[in-house]
Amino acid sequence: MAEPFISVRNLHKWYSGVHALKGVDLDVQSREVCGLVGDNGAGKSTLIKILSGVHRPDRGEIRIDGHPVVITSPKSAMKLGIETIYQDNSMVPTMSIARNLFIGREPLSFAIGGLGLLDHRRMREDAMRAIANVDLHVRSADALLSELSGGQRQGVAIARAMHFKSRVLILDEPTNHLSVRETAKVLGFVRSLPAQGVTGILISHNLHHVFQSCDRVVAMARGEIVFDKPVAETNVDEVSDAL
Amino acid sequence: MRRLFRIYLEKPELAGIALLVILTLVFETRSDGVFLSAENLRGILGLLPEVGLVSIGVTVLMICGEFDLSVGSMFALMPVSVALMTDSGLPFIPAMLLGLTIAAVVGFANGFITLAFNIPSFITTLGMLFIVRSLTVVVTGGFPPLLSSDLPIGVFTQFVGPGGMLRASFIWFAIIALVAGAILNGSNFGNWVRATGGFLDAAASMGVPVWWVKMTCFVMCAVLAGFAGTIEVFRLGSPLPSIGDGLELQAVASAVIGGTALTGGVGTVLGAIVGALLIRVIDNGLVLSQVDANWFKFAVGGLTILAVVANSWLQRTARRIKVEG
Repeated sequence: MAEPFISVRNLHKWYSGVHALKGVDLDVQSREVCGLVGDNGAGKSTLIKILSGVHRPDRGEIRIDGHPVVITSPKSAMKLGIETIYQDNSMVPTMSIARNLFIGREPLSFAIGGLGLLDHRRMREDAMRAIANVDLHVRSADALLSELSGGQRQGVAIARAMHFKSRVLILDEPTNHLSVRETAKVLGFVRSLPAQGVTGILISHNLHHVFQSCDRVVAMARGEIVFDKPVAETNVDEVSDAL
Repeated sequence: MRRLFRIYLEKPELAGIALLVILTLVFETRSDGVFLSAENLRGILGLLPEVGLVSIGVTVLMICGEFDLSVGSMFALMPVSVALMTDSGLPFIPAMLLGLTIAAVVGFANGFITLAFNIPSFITTLGMLFIVRSLTVVVTGGFPPLLSSDLPIGVFTQFVGPGGMLRASFIWFAIIALVAGAILNGSNFGNWVRATGGFLDAAASMGVPVWWVKMTCFVMCAVLAGFAGTIEVFRLGSPLPSIGDGLELQAVASAVIGGTALTGGVGTVLGAIVGALLIRVIDNGLVLSQVDANWFKFAVGGLTILAVVANSWLQRTARRIKVEG
């Protein structure tokens, strides 16, 4: 087997006395979509929050593309090409699509020491292209996020991740609160990640969604990985039993 | 109709501007044309910079999701400090710079206590309102210090422009307002301010340095309040330790009337100015219309409630009719 793209070894995390991750080992191959399932409090969220830089591990090693990395902040995760889409939508409802796409990474026409003037034209043009690329059509990049439906918002989040050429896309319950049709669209997108050269991690409560769109299913319980098989070699019942 | 709602959602200060136009027309007729006379406008515009600057600071801070109730006290502490320092022989410019530093320290304390202990800024700055006012009274002994007559206060108070229409303070105000507007709308920092107040977790997860964003807004708000108070004291010629009492609520009122959301993320510098101008216009217009001036606070209070009711109704309605195209 080739060198895994993401390699996590012996990862530990304590939250004020609670041992949330108890030595997790996980390998994800390049261009593989890995489904992560488990009950609330199983450690899924902790694991992906560490990968996306929101939390820092207390012990353990992470390798990306063979290189040991220290992910200290969301920004450093993004620099490594790790983008995350959260269930409650990592978008600001009171801001426009164009502004949302570039929060924290605004294109500037003039800057001193990281602060500067926005390049509004480029933001608008890039935003329109980015959302058209994920097959989302809205009136204008100036529309506010609060004007969009849940599915459209998730589409903007996906457009943002793709625009910044992510190498790893983490989706944390991306289909919560979505309609059936919107859910199918998001799952179809997840399915297409390998073809776009992106490695994916999908966190979901719904095993059927995982079996529809992932190559592998990994189950967590009580801070440990308790099950790990290619989707083709298992079924929903077997995973349910493991949980 | 849908178009109108869409425009409203993107430009929340429009309601305030409409109200400003209506009130101007009402007062103009009620006062038989005195309201829009050059002499009267000169009076309104001469006072606007002071409450306007405070209102800009409070508005930007509210957009990033925090409050400052200590601006009224800061409005007194800086001019009193500057007067005391110049009285003891310090030249004007170092005294001003030191005064601004004092304001910055108070703003930093507001921000630091709020963020480090994770408590509502409403409480931090309510405490600071009393602390700073008390400091102001203590350092003066309760009596206004002398304002030396050879200070170059003309850079803020003299009349300038065609026919002496404006005070120099208005130029300062206009420049600061333009810069603040440009930062909020046209810079990446402004984008961070909006994101921080609009949805803190999203901003943080996108790598926005939310701690620094909030801290900067706290400091800027206090500095603007101190500066505004200093301008007012130069105009009045007497550093009263009680100046600016109740100003904090007027500033919040003008922010809200200008379309700033109490929940953060929504608001504009133009809205802050419109709100402040509305309050000045009501104050002035009531007098010109020969209404008992004691109705002023009634009107400001009513307008504040009306503004929030109207804004939340408009936003609910706008969301209900789903204005996306």
